[in-house]
Amino acid sequence: MTASPAPELGSLAGIAASVRAGERSARAVLAVSLDRVRELEGDLHCFNEVTVEAAEADADAVDRMVRAGLDPGPLAGVPVALKDNLCTVGIPTTCSSKILAGWLPPYDATVVSRLRDAGAVAIGKTNLDEFAMGSSTENSAFGPTRNPWDLGRVPGGSSGGSAAAVAAGMVPLAFGSDTGGSIRQPAALCGIVGVKPTYGVVSRYGLIAFASSLDQIGPFATTVADAALGLEVIAGHDPMDSTSLDRPAPSLLATLDEGVSGLRVGIVADFLSAGSECGDAVVAAAEALAAAGAKVDQVRIPELLLGLPAYYVIAPAEASSNLSRYDGVRYGLRVDGPDAETMNARTRGEGFGAEVKRRIMMGTYALSAGYYDAYYGQAQKARTLVIRAFEAAYRDFDVLLTPTTPSVAFPFGSKVDDPIEMYMCDLCSIPSSLAGHPAASVPFALSPEGLPIGVQVLAPALGEAVMMRVAASLEAAAPREARGPVTP
Amino acid sequence: MTGYETVVGLEVHCELATATKLFCGCRNAFGDEPNTNVCPVCLGLPGSLPVVNRRAVELALRIGAALNCKAQRSIFHRKNYFYPDMPKDYQISQYDEPINVDGWLELPDGSRVGVERAHMEEDTGKTTHVGGGGRIHEAGYSLVDYNRAGVPLVEIVSRPDIRSAAQARAYVDELRSILVATGASDGRMEEGSLRVDANVSVRPAGATEYGTRCEVKNLNSLRSLERAIDYEVARQIELLEAGERVSQETRHWDEGDSSTHSMRSKEEANDYRYFPEPDLTPLVPDVALLTAAAEGVGAMPAERRHRLSNLLAAGSELATRRDGSTDQVVTVVDLGLDELVHGAVAAGADPRLALARAANEAAANPDAAKLLDPMAFAALLKMESSGQLSATQSKEVLAELMSKGGDPGQIARRLGYEQMDNASLGSMVDEVIAANPQEWRRYREGDDKVAQFLLGQVMKSSKGRANGKLVAEAFAFRRDA
Ligand SMILES: [Zn+2]
Repeated sequence: MTASPAPELGSLAGIAASVRAGERSARAVLAVSLDRVRELEGDLHCFNEVTVEAAEADADAVDRMVRAGLDPGPLAGVPVALKDNLCTVGIPTTCSSKILAGWLPPYDATVVSRLRDAGAVAIGKTNLDEFAMGSSTENSAFGPTRNPWDLGRVPGGSSGGSAAAVAAGMVPLAFGSDTGGSIRQPAALCGIVGVKPTYGVVSRYGLIAFASSLDQIGPFATTVADAALGLEVIAGHDPMDSTSLDRPAPSLLATLDEGVSGLRVGIVADFLSAGSECGDAVVAAAEALAAAGAKVDQVRIPELLLGLPAYYVIAPAEASSNLSRYDGVRYGLRVDGPDAETMNARTRGEGFGAEVKRRIMMGTYALSAGYYDAYYGQAQKARTLVIRAFEAAYRDFDVLLTPTTPSVAFPFGSKVDDPIEMYMCDLCSIPSSLAGHPAASVPFALSPEGLPIGVQVLAPALGEAVMMRVAASLEAAAPREARGPVTP
Repeated sequence: MTGYETVVGLEVHCELATATKLFCGCRNAFGDEPNTNVCPVCLGLPGSLPVVNRRAVELALRIGAALNCKAQRSIFHRKNYFYPDMPKDYQISQYDEPINVDGWLELPDGSRVGVERAHMEEDTGKTTHVGGGGRIHEAGYSLVDYNRAGVPLVEIVSRPDIRSAAQARAYVDELRSILVATGASDGRMEEGSLRVDANVSVRPAGATEYGTRCEVKNLNSLRSLERAIDYEVARQIELLEAGERVSQETRHWDEGDSSTHSMRSKEEANDYRYFPEPDLTPLVPDVALLTAAAEGVGAMPAERRHRLSNLLAAGSELATRRDGSTDQVVTVVDLGLDELVHGAVAAGADPRLALARAANEAAANPDAAKLLDPMAFAALLKMESSGQLSATQSKEVLAELMSKGGDPGQIARRLGYEQMDNASLGSMVDEVIAANPQEWRRYREGDDKVAQFLLGQVMKSSKGRANGKLVAEAFAFRRDA
């Protein structure tokens, strides 16, 4: 099957400008978005919850501000979707897990407050792999999300719901979290732009933790400019997050059109497996950048291949601790037992899905007395090697290019029985996560079967501005039909 | 028992007297309604993150400085174990890179106990088991109060340098004084602000290797600490004498039957799976923090007790401590009123009187007493010493001086304690003589008992305003004239 182009809501700047000018009401913009959700949600299952009433109230608040002569902000009236691991006051926040089903947070994540303060209108909570653990959204306790380019294929994960919602034109902007590729991989598989910022640029306060030293929130959009605006709004220091960098939000839009002339671009040769369509797209992307004036060269960084095994020790280790609190005592699911220990065990046994349990067990093992040095300690050393290798590479290059994923969107069920095969999806995205560096996936080509292929742009810490310039140049060179939104 | 040496190391948990908790803005208070001082952070709600309370770091550094520790760059770890009163099912604590290391504490008898470390961590909530006799495995259900969850603690770990139960008690007593003196803690063991666990072992006298140790918990008072150590030492010696081995385990002190009971053995012990807390960045004490901590420390109680004792004549019958300090000295130093006493004595007050008034009347309201002007305090004490004010009057004036401030002389006059002039005193004495001719005759014959009666009559008619010493002199003058 093939997808067809979708009607566009227009750019974020365009929507906000018309709402701010009173030419279009936020309520009318919302109606277009909700109509699209009603039309396609049955096929796609992007959302765990569509919050129509709350969205209408938020849109009305924006419209009231405009009528009162006030400025609702740079995202005035822009409908947005939020991954269901971002806390929202009074709206169920579940991480697509039975253990948190129905939990109503008493507070908003910092990102959620910043979006509201910028005039955005949140329309719902999107599906994900349970606790953001997975690469296909098949691990959701509430059923998988489908890829709008091909309903028989996964949208990627873990932020599959957010990616598919943007790719299907339900919302022009959505937010996800990326721990090892959970924004970039689904963005690539859904033919849209996805950005993982530098660790610490966006507050994690209110993001339900998977692996705290890796988690970072970022935007999905159909264009680089929209993703840049989305990131500008949510970025910047937050005193509620000790790991948040004490610096203002990066300025991205101002330099987006400055081009790539003179920039040094490195193609990471280690990730170009011969003959793969994703590798070919990277080569083509590099050629396009060279044509636009960049100096392009290949670079070997074999240490980056250490990333995957290191990640699959560190992330589960942190997760095993972060997920301890789901014990049935204070919130979420409780399965009773004769004593606290049994209640704990039963609650967790019934509440968590297979992949979450697998990672909790791997992580618990890696941190255990007698194994710590061999696993967690060793993985931290590998992480340091990845960081040093990047440092060396960035002495010669301003940005690096890799495929975002080893393959295009795969059919449902094709990898669920083989965790290692599923974990390999993150091969190219993990190194930047371990280093805390920014990375963006940009749709650049279509596979022979008509599926989108993403190219990943990597930059050193706080290199978002240059990274987004390169992404914009790639977007300009890419065929329009390689990116969403599409109608399934 | 002879032939064995007792070896004790103590772990003292001290709740810091901060206004707010360690990682959130909730009130740090004892005794509030359950679950009223809580927020997403200290309840460990999904998505919440900790932010370190700078004041807690300052107090931890202050404790370290007072215990002669080295302050260093430190990190937090997660200590993972499941327990209903731990909201996150891990405790944020410090592990192999604590904030203070390698210190020592000098006891009143001059012995020194090494301090291995004094690290920061968060407290847990409090579980109450309802029904089933109060023990968890028999409980009908449990209630958890998270008000205490996230309260800042400093855990002070001694080296195994303590050699007797009495020395253990002296160590905790001295440590408590220091913690109070630094302002880091209120030092109340009964409210749980100070909690002590003891690692106890014995070894044959002269041995260099340590014996197998047991960790004794549930020591709720200094008395329990002393008794539990004595019990545990006797138990271990008995085992060894019987040819058995001491097994490494955690034991619970039961005040009811005055013995320790096994809680869990080493094999059953939790694997805490410590790893660096990724939600927090390393604590690198900056100059401002270190300076604030150092300034907050001041002189230590031992040194201050010594200085204060030196003010007094040696060999007081009140001496209760081996270093010669008295209960009054201990109280005054604990409450931080020693500077007031020193100031008053420097301004000419009698040292014993100054100490007594500070330890009793001033101690009733230490916050106000700390604000007393030593000069005014000295002026008041001098009025009392010279007989211008009776002891009762002096206490009244002191109370008003503490509550409202002012000049002691003016307060005394306002309260009607003004000294009578000589003329009116003389006529009052003459009136008493005229009204009591028989008593006056017996007085002149040398009856000492009646002297007190005559004096009392003058005090009565002067409503206590007369200076007793001057009245006695006036009678003597008339007798000898
Ligand atoms: Zn709190």
